[in-house]
Amino acid sequence: MSQFAINLLFVGASFALYIGIAVWARAGSTKDFYVAGGGVHPITNGMATAADWMSAASFISMAGLLAAGGYANSSFLMGWTGGYVILAMLLAPYLRKFGKFTVPDFIGDRFYSTTARTVAVACLIIASVTYVIGQMTGAGVAFSRFLEVSNTWGIWIAATIVFLYAVFGGMKGITYTQVAQYVVLIIAYTIPAVFIAFQLTGNPIPMFGMFSTHTESGMPLLEKLSEVLVELGFQDYAADVDNKLNMVLFTLSLMVGTAGLPHVIIRFFTVPKVADARWSAGWALVFIALLYLTAPAVASMARLNLLTTVYPDTAGQVENYEEALANPILYEDRPDWFRTWEETGLITFEDKNDDGRIQYYNDRNEDFAETAAERGWEGSELSVNNDILVLANPEIANLPPWVIGLIAAGGIAAALSTAAGLLLAISSAISHDLIKKTINPNISEKGEMLAARISMAGAILLATYLGLNPPGFAAQVVALAFGIAGASLFPALMMGIFSKRVNDKGAIAGMLAGLISTLLYIFTYLGWFFFSGTNMLPNEPESWFLGISPLSFGAVGAMINFAVAFAVSNMTEEPPQEIQELVESVRYPKGAGGAVDH
Amino acid sequence: MAEEKVDSADYWKANVRLIMGCLAVWAFVSYGLAILLRPLVAFVPIGGTDLGFWFAQQGSILTFIALIFFYAWKMNKLDQKFGLEE
Repeated sequence: MSQFAINLLFVGASFALYIGIAVWARAGSTKDFYVAGGGVHPITNGMATAADWMSAASFISMAGLLAAGGYANSSFLMGWTGGYVILAMLLAPYLRKFGKFTVPDFIGDRFYSTTARTVAVACLIIASVTYVIGQMTGAGVAFSRFLEVSNTWGIWIAATIVFLYAVFGGMKGITYTQVAQYVVLIIAYTIPAVFIAFQLTGNPIPMFGMFSTHTESGMPLLEKLSEVLVELGFQDYAADVDNKLNMVLFTLSLMVGTAGLPHVIIRFFTVPKVADARWSAGWALVFIALLYLTAPAVASMARLNLLTTVYPDTAGQVENYEEALANPILYEDRPDWFRTWEETGLITFEDKNDDGRIQYYNDRNEDFAETAAERGWEGSELSVNNDILVLANPEIANLPPWVIGLIAAGGIAAALSTAAGLLLAISSAISHDLIKKTINPNISEKGEMLAARISMAGAILLATYLGLNPPGFAAQVVALAFGIAGASLFPALMMGIFSKRVNDKGAIAGMLAGLISTLLYIFTYLGWFFFSGTNMLPNEPESWFLGISPLSFGAVGAMINFAVAFAVSNMTEEPPQEIQELVESVRYPKGAGGAVDH
Repeated sequence: MAEEKVDSADYWKANVRLIMGCLAVWAFVSYGLAILLRPLVAFVPIGGTDLGFWFAQQGSILTFIALIFFYAWKMNKLDQKFGLEE
């Protein structure tokens, strides 16, 4: 069977499974549609949350980011997991106790204001729409790479599948497909990682293999990696960062952004009890950690693998690197996986010094230029896309074709599960918060359900359109999603629970201050609305205010939000008595109520 | 009625205290050991690298999991103690 047929079989089988679940889990009521009936087991919800959270970027790109940045990119690991600690302790249980359907629902009720609700809806939609673009393009890329269809067709197929289970099943359909998608993606991620860890270190558990001995050289794996990297002018893999303030703020921004992303928060509305929301956050992190603890191992091992493929003499014990690096692989002798991925353009070779061999090193390191010149190197001849580390892993490790089929299904599962969660957050904010709570409070249950389905269909069409015509700034907008969620929604939600004093005016002023300050800071360096050339300052560390990168500003925006909200609230009147009672009631689990789906 | 009020205020105080404790550990492993204090604990070797690196890429995630389960377990006991469990 050809690789194409195997890929088709795996992806087709996974789609049949998702559609089967869609038929079985149709939504019968708005409660089914918004919160899956509220009867999801905490472990099931943990698994669904993990799939909801782990996007195409986590699955395909994160290991590449870690491999390229080494220690400096650890922020992604800590930020995208540490957010669950604050979610579990500061938000999830109380919002579950509140017992409504959406995130703006809480903000609107707690701050007794339609304006606050509308601001929250706006923040939610900007954050979620920007985020969903990446998922649609990710699905398109996965399709085109593995199933030989065009990008456009790939996006349309993805949209159709999501349409089937999201429009009919709502949160109920999404929950159970996400569970299936989690299983597919974690198996796909883990199997190649186990093989690579075993080949390189003899230890089959990647997270331990990473810190054990590299069999061929007899050195600790990370030490070996750093040694080869430094000889090629790259940075030591474990090198410390100089700008610690920025690293702290970037990590914190990712954490509060994670905790404030509505599509993650609403997953915790689906469990029966407050205590379940707490446990469920723990389980979610366990399932996420299975991938996030493996990713750094994949990163370091794949990077070492790549280097020793290009410079075969460096693999074992090396006495003299000058000699070991003198014989890089002949381009003619490049391995099969190299040839396969050359066709996709993810890995390219240009023989700059015409010696027929591949020289790969850091040609942007000025201190290294002299050494390179002495060696007769005229520039690095290999450019490697970061994504290749995960995608080509099975081939680099010589794994059988079905593992590649699994990776194809896994990448698509990661993109679809996150897209569906985001689309639900968007459509419920429209049908519930805008239509039911703001425009037409008298709408019937049936009418709201129809509105929810139409909003979902509309959101999918919008996401498909944006996926087909991605704005040029698609890569940067993910930072915007985290910045907005962290700087506007997270502080408002937290103050709504932990302070009885913050009132409508304070919350609105705070959200707007957090949102606008974050937008202004990002636009200053990345261009107004991301149009290139319109930035007022160059996006370089030297010109960043106090060395804070635009991607790290979400945390500062959140602090501005807190400060403004408290200041304005203290200058204005206390919230009314019934709101103070509402705050009391979300703090205590008893009487969380809500129909439990037995 | 009045007594219940006092009880639930104690419950909330105990919850906030517990959260502060957990978040102190949360911050210590990630912002502390993995970032700011990394040079200070660099003398502890871990498989080819240092303690701070391990906490940045593995240890903090493992600690986060332990923290959430610890919190959920303590809160369950607190819910029972104050008769607030569902």
